[in-house]
Amino acid sequence: MSGRRPSAFLLGGRRYSPASSLLLAAPFLILIAIVFILPLATLLHESLFVPGPTTAHYARAFEEPVYLRVMLRTLGIAVLVTALALLLAWPLAWVMSRSKGLGLALLAAAVLLPLWTSVLVRTYAWMVLLQRNGVVNQLLQQLGLVDAPIRLLYTQGAVVLAMAHVLLPFMVLPIYSALKGIPEDYTRAAQMLGASAWSTFREVIWPLALPGVTSGCLMVFLLALGFFVTPALIGGPQQMMIATLVSQQVREMLDWPFAGALVGILLVFVLAITIVFKRAVRLDRFVGSA
Amino acid sequence: MALRDGLQGRVTVQGLVKRYGPVNAVDDVSLEVGSGEFLALLGPSGSGKTTILMSIAGFEYPDEGRILIGEEEVTWAPPNKRNLGMVFQRYTLFPHMSVLENIAFPLKMRGIGRAEREERARAALATVRLGQMGDRKPAQLSGGQQQRVAIARAIVYQPRVLLMDEPLSALDKNLREEMQIEIKHLQREIGITVIFVTHDQTEALTMADRVAVLDHGRLQQLGAPRDLYEAPETAFVAGFIGETNFCEGRLSRPAMPGDPILVTLEAGGQMQATAAQALPAGERVKIALRPERLRVLPAGTEGPTARVTEAIYAGNATTLMLEGQGGQLLRARIPAGAGMHEPRPGESVRLAWQQADARAFLA
Repeated sequence: MSGRRPSAFLLGGRRYSPASSLLLAAPFLILIAIVFILPLATLLHESLFVPGPTTAHYARAFEEPVYLRVMLRTLGIAVLVTALALLLAWPLAWVMSRSKGLGLALLAAAVLLPLWTSVLVRTYAWMVLLQRNGVVNQLLQQLGLVDAPIRLLYTQGAVVLAMAHVLLPFMVLPIYSALKGIPEDYTRAAQMLGASAWSTFREVIWPLALPGVTSGCLMVFLLALGFFVTPALIGGPQQMMIATLVSQQVREMLDWPFAGALVGILLVFVLAITIVFKRAVRLDRFVGSA
Repeated sequence: MALRDGLQGRVTVQGLVKRYGPVNAVDDVSLEVGSGEFLALLGPSGSGKTTILMSIAGFEYPDEGRILIGEEEVTWAPPNKRNLGMVFQRYTLFPHMSVLENIAFPLKMRGIGRAEREERARAALATVRLGQMGDRKPAQLSGGQQQRVAIARAIVYQPRVLLMDEPLSALDKNLREEMQIEIKHLQREIGITVIFVTHDQTEALTMADRVAVLDHGRLQQLGAPRDLYEAPETAFVAGFIGETNFCEGRLSRPAMPGDPILVTLEAGGQMQATAAQALPAGERVKIALRPERLRVLPAGTEGPTARVTEAIYAGNATTLMLEGQGGQLLRARIPAGAGMHEPRPGESVRLAWQQADARAFLA
């Protein structure tokens, strides 16, 4: 029940000393240091010390309206994507947690198969659906709902929809796992004690599923903030998000220090949100430990 | 709380049938539980006892039959509209609420104000002798304490009927016996009707005013614990309640319940018994005889004989394993300190019994 863990971890009933633990984790840690920490540090260093020690790059990101608008749009889209994903994921996770056998296998495949498919493929699929002569537009015209093809691609709605779809597994899985952990007997007990379906949800199911909901939201929100492929292809320049902006600065403007500043802002924001969420929802506050 | 008046806590089950595919989980069961009565539903797994309880609770809807609580028919009412209390087999206290919040939950669902909720929850907690535990979380309580809190939560809103689905099966033996007595006392004190599902016959006999014995969805017998043990009506009840020797044989003449009969045993020889139900001539019958009603006398006189194969000493009694005529295996129990003959293994003995204690059923 306790969220605390001993520093040395358990494996096959054996306890490893901190030194051997470090040794076992070393290959991974070295890899991370070379391919992630080092480049990131270099980029952040450039943002603060090129050409000389300066905060000008950061100031520019907040002062020029065009960049501020990209950051606010990124934030807004991430919030909408999280909300839409939660809305779609909850009923699905609920049904999955109450299914067995073939039904569960099919639902799990529907959630996991897209996860194993390239994000690029899934994004192109959305483009096929949403383009000017795409499936959706053809259908709308055949049904007589519109006379001419309407613009679906390169709208904020399209970006939010496609991103919510791509990130959906990250919302479904933690919620499913939280709901799976709630025995059906709790629902029965609540009903027996006079609770309606709504009260059972509000008083019992939701609070117990909250840790799963929180981690799902956190994961989707953070992934959405830094998402590149889908918003770049579906949103186009009109719906530019921060990751696309960073890429543009690096590849087209060759302005590495400014790109570093944008990355720094995103990083600080992500870390701050993670810490706030972790503090706000602690499992041991909900379930007392012996 | 005084005894509830009249018929408020009466539960009536009429012609209940519940099918799962081709199987009748409950097969035409009717029973009535009086207000303030403690009824145990006893049977092996798959006997339909839990299905009956779940139908009364409202988690199962019957294929046929009716369920009434008091005067009111509730067959199709949802569980949250039946105003029943229920204690489940597994621990079902809500882990994110404190003990007091758990107990106050049903009061909250009934729109009772915060102050009154807390007062009544505290009183209920005191009833189950856990007055100091109100602020703890369920995970900080032992299994026995959790079930006591579950009982407090199930009675705090003063339901007419309390349903219990093997609530003690997860507890160890000593605690279980202690809780059996405690639940019984509590039930008398507040005068609530209790329907208690168990597969443990000792539990049923200890706690219940009347016991309904079920097998394969059918009600075998409904009666006081003493009647079930001393006057079982079917071979199943005779075998399920307590320990019994069974001897199989055939009857030459028909008999009515209570008639003295002479049965020709398959193992050889004849046996005096009493018909427990109507027995047609020529049918195979089963004679049930309790080990403590089988008397073991020194050999050498007239009557059926047997050889002692084993003597198991258990403090308050000695159980003899006997091999009778034609290899018929029997058990006899000799209470300690009664000055009765205690033969050793290998010894030959003579057997005797009261004709009324050997009850014959259709095999």
